[in-house]
Amino acid sequence: MKQPLLTADHLSVQYPGKNGLLDAITDISLHIRTGETVCLVGESGSGKTIAAKTFMRLIDYERGRIAAGHVQFADQDLVRLTDKELRRLRGRKIAMVFQEPMTAFDPIFTIGSQLIETILRHQRVTRQEAWRRSVDLLRRVGLSEPEARMHQYPGELSGGMLQRAMIAMALSCSPDLLIADEPTTALDMTIQAQILQLLKELQREYGMAMLLITHDLVIAAEAADRIVVMYAGRIAEQAETQDLFREPYHPYTKGLLQSITAPDSMRKSKLYSIEGSIPGLHDMPSGCRFHPRCPHAVERCRSEVPELTGLNGRLVACWRAEELRHSGNVQARPAVIEAEPMTSERKETLIEAVGLSKWYPLKRGTGGKERFIRAVDDVSLAIRAGETFGLVGESGSGKSTLGRVILQLERATKGEVYFRGEPLTQLSGARLRNMRRHMQMVFQDAGSSMNPRWKAGDIIGEPLDVHESLSRKERKARIEELLQIVGLSPDMADRYPHQFSGGQRQRLGIARAIALNPAFLLLDEPVSALDVSVQAQIVNLLLDIQERMGLTYLFIGHGLHVVRHLSDRIGVMYLGQLVEVADSAELFLHPAHHYTRALIASIPHPDPAGRGTARVIEGEVPSPAAPPSGCRFHPRCPAATERCKLEAPELQEIGPGHYAACHFPA
Amino acid sequence: MARAILLRAAASLMVIFGTMALVFVIVYMLPGDPVYQIVDPESVTPDVIENLRRQLGTDKPLAVQFANYMSKLMQGDFGRSILNGDPVLPKIIEHFPATLSLTVCSALFAALIGIWLGVLSAIHRNGLIDIAARTLGLFGISMPTFWTGILLILLFSIRLGWFPAMGSDGWRTLVLPSLALGIVASGFIIRLVRNSMLEVLGEPFILTLRAKGLAERMVMYRHALRNALLPALTMIGVLIGDLMAGSVVIETVFSRQGIGRIVADALTAKDMPVIQGVILFTAVMYVLVNLLVDLSYAIVDPRVRRLKSGGGRL
Amino acid sequence: MTVKDFVLGKTVWRESKRQTAARPRLRSLGTGDWLAAVSGVILAFAALCALFPGWIAPYSPTSMEADRVLLPPGAAHYFGTDYFGRDIFSVVVYGARDSLLIGVASVLAGGLAGCIIGAAAGIAGGVIDLILMRFIEIVMTIPGILLALAIAAVLGPNLFNMIFAVAVSMVPGFARVFRSQIISVKGRAFITAARSIGMPAPRIFFRHVLPNAWSPVLVMATIGLGTSILTAAGLSFLGLGVVKEIPDWGTLLSQGRGYLTVAWWISTFPGIAITLLVLSGNILGDWLRDRLDPKREQR
Repeated sequence: MKQPLLTADHLSVQYPGKNGLLDAITDISLHIRTGETVCLVGESGSGKTIAAKTFMRLIDYERGRIAAGHVQFADQDLVRLTDKELRRLRGRKIAMVFQEPMTAFDPIFTIGSQLIETILRHQRVTRQEAWRRSVDLLRRVGLSEPEARMHQYPGELSGGMLQRAMIAMALSCSPDLLIADEPTTALDMTIQAQILQLLKELQREYGMAMLLITHDLVIAAEAADRIVVMYAGRIAEQAETQDLFREPYHPYTKGLLQSITAPDSMRKSKLYSIEGSIPGLHDMPSGCRFHPRCPHAVERCRSEVPELTGLNGRLVACWRAEELRHSGNVQARPAVIEAEPMTSERKETLIEAVGLSKWYPLKRGTGGKERFIRAVDDVSLAIRAGETFGLVGESGSGKSTLGRVILQLERATKGEVYFRGEPLTQLSGARLRNMRRHMQMVFQDAGSSMNPRWKAGDIIGEPLDVHESLSRKERKARIEELLQIVGLSPDMADRYPHQFSGGQRQRLGIARAIALNPAFLLLDEPVSALDVSVQAQIVNLLLDIQERMGLTYLFIGHGLHVVRHLSDRIGVMYLGQLVEVADSAELFLHPAHHYTRALIASIPHPDPAGRGTARVIEGEVPSPAAPPSGCRFHPRCPAATERCKLEAPELQEIGPGHYAACHFPA
Repeated sequence: MARAILLRAAASLMVIFGTMALVFVIVYMLPGDPVYQIVDPESVTPDVIENLRRQLGTDKPLAVQFANYMSKLMQGDFGRSILNGDPVLPKIIEHFPATLSLTVCSALFAALIGIWLGVLSAIHRNGLIDIAARTLGLFGISMPTFWTGILLILLFSIRLGWFPAMGSDGWRTLVLPSLALGIVASGFIIRLVRNSMLEVLGEPFILTLRAKGLAERMVMYRHALRNALLPALTMIGVLIGDLMAGSVVIETVFSRQGIGRIVADALTAKDMPVIQGVILFTAVMYVLVNLLVDLSYAIVDPRVRRLKSGGGRL
Repeated sequence: MTVKDFVLGKTVWRESKRQTAARPRLRSLGTGDWLAAVSGVILAFAALCALFPGWIAPYSPTSMEADRVLLPPGAAHYFGTDYFGRDIFSVVVYGARDSLLIGVASVLAGGLAGCIIGAAAGIAGGVIDLILMRFIEIVMTIPGILLALAIAAVLGPNLFNMIFAVAVSMVPGFARVFRSQIISVKGRAFITAARSIGMPAPRIFFRHVLPNAWSPVLVMATIGLGTSILTAAGLSFLGLGVVKEIPDWGTLLSQGRGYLTVAWWISTFPGIAITLLVLSGNILGDWLRDRLDPKREQR
């Protein structure tokens, strides 16, 4: 076996905190060989990013300190290197790609000058040579018109293009190790797949080692040779990708794997979820850090820290790994989605949108003519009482705007919204405010949707204060009841929002939304901002209260699996228009619009066996200020013809309850 | 781009009109008859007062007064001094060079010291240099300029005799007043540049630069400083206005023959047309400087350039 | 707008997306806290001088002793005496009243007016916002001290006019900061949440917007106290001050200018008094900002 390129040995890193030093990562051991892709998987606070920064000693700039252990890169001891030696290593031998390409470039220098700067820093070449090489690199990472890109500023490129440029910059000195820190998280779904594909290709081509950091096991399944799972600053488990997915040893890995909403999960079934929330750096549990959330924890787990030990060719840090191996494995799931029987009873329509548009005026440019961003453009849909209508789309699709316009939080430019037949768009003032008690909203970022100066109880009680006149006692009782419904304890009413964890805050948000017993809830990406292990809890809660209260949901999401899992019907949006509506199962089995097909194809499969099945569509999402003519998807569509360029397709029924806006539905 | 410049210039012109109207409001509409500002009603005959009113034009209705006022201003007629009947504008223009040289010198001094210390302060955050620079910044913005001027005179003229305490001829007379004004302004700049640098140093792209293996010097001066200076540039416009206003006071301290001096003399004589003229003049200067700053901003910052030219992505 | 408002409005107060530190937390006392405490003591002492000068001043500020003319600072006269034989220390103590009164009153008046304009512009938006902000922009073209000078010159020198003049010069800064703060709070998700509940707009404003928007104004008022004292001192120095028996600090400083070669102390001590007061305001303002700005706390 080859000598590992990078070896970390019992590595611990500390950061100064308010009350002394905090352990950001503890006792991390791992290695990466040349040509190998290792995935570091963990949720927020797991220390995965800090581990990556430590391998480049970038923690020095954040007052982080290696407290114990060694890091060896090739024949160099990274812990002892001087600043000067480190700078020769960074960018040349080890390069890094970051999560948010939009903020990772200096905004006031051109892409070209930032690329050239890197090359000139490490290699003795002329400016012309560096320029030529930069252009080649940009072409290699798939940017069109690379010469023109060289002259552009970061603000002029889209996120996907910037991430490509960032990868080009990282590769500019042919590094031995590429560290990619959540390289796809901030990007749109179809772009994510492109970038992941590109990284895999380049890794093979350059024969380098790659350390891919992600919170998403699905991405790890798609790309990694080996997976290292981190939890709360420690490594929980390490195994070959195939092994890990076939049979995870650590209860945390098991839980993570089970809580993934798979494309073939039983719709509306309860998801497996890991209880509780991720501990903070300042209140780490004793013993095994996972024990408070572990269903298998015993006394020993509470008191003694389990070492990472070898077991059947992998490493696991669990006292009970051996005995648990034989029990409670992930059940094999049915591999095919079955078409579900159509619900025969036609329920009454609760909310209907007819020809709804929301245009935002653009600041007048040099043209002088007033232009608009057509955030929502002529959308009609009907949501039936008791159902969940899912809305998916990438950024700029207008899905969130549509939700807000339906709730009258923003006024429609054109079109009508009816709630139980009553035209909401005609209402205003007190009558509209009165209607609001029937339709409530849950926000993506629950924290920012709450006044930070208010206590949880008052936040939940606010709708009651506005619409109902309860006595002090009744109000208190109702708040406690609501807290209990969403799985919080009544004594939490006196806390401030920032004292809750992310998942708990979302529970609070849900409690506020259901306080008035509404008929309709707008769920605007309610789980997107949450950690994987917490997402499932919220999904379950939403399913639970829907059943209990007979609620109707409009669920906006970008994770297709989650939307599929919750929704009866799904609408797909692209650049402000609804391009396809169908029953949830039908949509996944027979996607008709080519955009829907592309969207579904771009999902990585949560099983390494299905690796490489993800297909990638080309191109970027155009700006909604200047949408393409005809069918807005035509520049990216594999089936586009001359007709699609000229003529905008109408949404028409192509099967029972299945609508698509496409001239040539598949 | 040309269109954007024109639009911006038109906006500036509107602001200047607005300022003229505002000065009119202050001088003619606030309670208090301007005539009584000039003479004591007890000590002169009603004739004299009537005469003065006619001379000032305050006997006519407000609307007429306003129309006259504006039309005269349009023709570059800032009125005549009550004291000696000299036209105001030529007098201001005559005295302006002394003020301009003081403003420019103090701005240069402030920018140099302020940026230098601000950057050092941010780089060595919480270090000795930082503490020293921040202390200096705090004192700078807390001391009255005229007092700083007096202290400088005490030390460098009276005690050491290095620089003259008064006058406006030659560069030596410029040193102390520039210092007095510059210390205040540099206090602001130190604080602004430090904050701005710290903010930029917290941006994610700094991490990218370090991960590329760039030398710290490059990270700090080529990238961080350039980003941090953009807000400072906007401030120069505001600062020039403050410095011009400050020179009114400081020219009194150092007995310089600048426009500040005219104001001081006019104040003792209650010569409102002169005061009004100086205020309008500085306001126009202020607007012009800010127009220049805005335009140069568009050249320096690619983000603004793109927006102004109306192209590019959203 | 003074540069100070600019620093405050443009770079320092930016809405933080995180809200971890929205509530002030207890923490150990640092250097900043001690400095702030000292500043507080200085301000309190100045207030004491203003309210009860007789308790502190050893002499009457108006008593002129011919045999004690131009004495340097010493045990009998801490700050020395002036040409009339007045005890400078006593004059400075008595002079605190006017300086402090002008500072506090003009900040209150100017701040209130500025906040009302800023709030109106921020809440109404659209044309009203445009008009109000254009107006503020116009006022800003005249630097604060010149504006105050013009007003004071027109109205004539008395205490009320002085306060009015300085107050007007403070309006633009407050208006701009409060407006941008209101707009930023208005854009936050919890305002949408309140609207989605069906809360009437006035109630949203008073219960959600205002409580989250006032803290920069508080910081600005603290620092503005210094600015207005400086402006007022500048006006007094130019001879626009309130004419009365006991000179305020600016006037005293100006009077001392004639005796620089023989009696440096006459100008020096009132200058130190002004500087100390303004410095305290600034330090306290910085401290408040560090405490109240959630983003800074994370630094």
